[in-house]
Amino acid sequence: MTNPPAATREYLKPPITEVGVIGWLRGNLFNSWYNSLLTIVTLLVLWQIVPPFFNWAFINSVWNSPAEACRDIDGACWSVIPQNINFIVFGFFPDGHQWRPGIAMLLLLGLVVYSKDRKHWKKSLGVYWLVGLIVMGTLMYGGLFGMLVVETDQWSGLPLTFMLALFGMVAAYPLGVLLALGRRSRMPAIKTLCVVYIEMIRGVPLISLLFMSSVMFPLFLPEGVTFDKVLRAQVAIILFTAAYIAEVVRGGLQAMPRGQFEAADSLGLNYNQTMRLVILPQALKIVIPPTLGQMLSAFKDTSLVVIIALYDVLKTTKVALANPKWTGFSTEAYIALALFYFICCFAMSNYSRKLEKSLHTGH
Amino acid sequence: MNQTENQNVAPPAERLIIEVNSMHKWFGDFHVLSDINLKVHLKERIVICGPSGSGKSTLIRCINRLEEHQRGQIIVNGTELTNDIKNIEKVRTEVGMVFQHFNLFPHLTILENLTLGPIWVRKTPKKEAEEAAMMYLEKVHIAEQALKYPGQLSGGQQQRVAIARSLCMKPKVMLFDEPTSALDPEMIKEVLDVMIELAEEGMTMLVVTHEMGFAKSVADRVMFMDYGEIVEQNTPQEFFDSPQHERTKLFLSQIL
Repeated sequence: MTNPPAATREYLKPPITEVGVIGWLRGNLFNSWYNSLLTIVTLLVLWQIVPPFFNWAFINSVWNSPAEACRDIDGACWSVIPQNINFIVFGFFPDGHQWRPGIAMLLLLGLVVYSKDRKHWKKSLGVYWLVGLIVMGTLMYGGLFGMLVVETDQWSGLPLTFMLALFGMVAAYPLGVLLALGRRSRMPAIKTLCVVYIEMIRGVPLISLLFMSSVMFPLFLPEGVTFDKVLRAQVAIILFTAAYIAEVVRGGLQAMPRGQFEAADSLGLNYNQTMRLVILPQALKIVIPPTLGQMLSAFKDTSLVVIIALYDVLKTTKVALANPKWTGFSTEAYIALALFYFICCFAMSNYSRKLEKSLHTGH
Repeated sequence: MNQTENQNVAPPAERLIIEVNSMHKWFGDFHVLSDINLKVHLKERIVICGPSGSGKSTLIRCINRLEEHQRGQIIVNGTELTNDIKNIEKVRTEVGMVFQHFNLFPHLTILENLTLGPIWVRKTPKKEAEEAAMMYLEKVHIAEQALKYPGQLSGGQQQRVAIARSLCMKPKVMLFDEPTSALDPEMIKEVLDVMIELAEEGMTMLVVTHEMGFAKSVADRVMFMDYGEIVEQNTPQEFFDSPQHERTKLFLSQIL
């Protein structure tokens, strides 16, 4: 069993039409007559769309000018964003006090970035968040240290969007996990309660829940008792998202092999320990992708609060566009807003992928 | 004097650790276990064999309440298994279990797999639990893998880890549910060797297995089950050389 001497055989290069750029083009774009046709049509369409858009968006555009200057040009008037940035970002938060939500948002961003690293997932993280939330709340509401009191109905724009989204997600997640566990409970009362809750919430649109929280719910309260409107919207979003998370998590629990429960049982772990140490870490990891989907939905759905007259960042943009000076530039404003939503969602998406990778243990 | 006489009656035991009295179990309408009576003494090594579906796995799964029996009595180390969750957890800490498919926790390292029970159930300090775990890993000849994840180990290695995980709880009895059935042939020996070492150290063992070589060399008693009944039990020598029952003879002729 000896191999023939290597030198006797000449190694030829593959034909030029099979490798490199030409090979790739042939293999992927022109490998049959209909694919060739499709390639050509696509190129033509792109030729029609891309250069004009590029001209509009970058060449002929203005970036920071008064509204009047926009009337004379062919291109995009991006100025609509910087010229209205204060209102779009902070909404009705009183002028001169907008540094407060500004700092609160920076603090929030800092906390989020800090929490991304799994090394920081310790008890101290909870303490940081608690302190951070108290500081943020104080900054937003004021009343201390001679800060002007700003009622929650003046909270609007980006801080409101971030608040509704972040607390919506952070509070809905554990609630969803509990509901999922409850739905699999052997105790009939708990199981029924969870099933009814999940199916009822999933059976109605978020908008109707927001309506109920803002219009119907106060009717049931005794006279004089009121709940904060922002808080009511926040609760509605949390309850809504939790029902969906619950079903996602249940899917993960369902996927756990029976052997894992049995192994935990046979070690003498009790129910709580089994769930916390053995089942949930695995089940929640399995469902990271669909969980992220729910999170993204929750984030984008915060824009529905406009229906109960809360001014999230989408609504403040709309209000800014209602100014006669700026009417007609909604395309630019909405593109910018879309970009903002995209960046946030993409960052979340990216993070979930990294998390998945770092939790992978080779099985 | 009296005591020595008793010892002669039931060698080699001194103390009853598992007692099963006329126990029955049904899966739905199906009568899987019928009138099971079994006494296991400390340090006794019992091999249970029988055709598939004969109820042998179900029997040992009843002993740590992974399955619930419907009639009769199971008493482990003086604690009767009832619906009382406290009793069940108490029994489970005394009884180690090794599964056919290992059932290691894939999200934890080998070392974490081993220390989970001691830390959370026995409330052993982490450091102490880790030292003990390393000692047991040494014992199953796999200490160098301590920081790997189960998915990175071969089947035989995983099963040895599973044995070590059970040992970390310092159980009084070890149950083995076909521990080598899911293994490639070349890995069966490494697991059996560990089990033999364990037996030599005096561990009380109930082993469901098709490894008749193991039964011959290690068991004090071999039990044959069929159709949910204990058909015959005897010392390995008697059991293999002169089986009493027709069904036992048929079974042995098929597997030997």
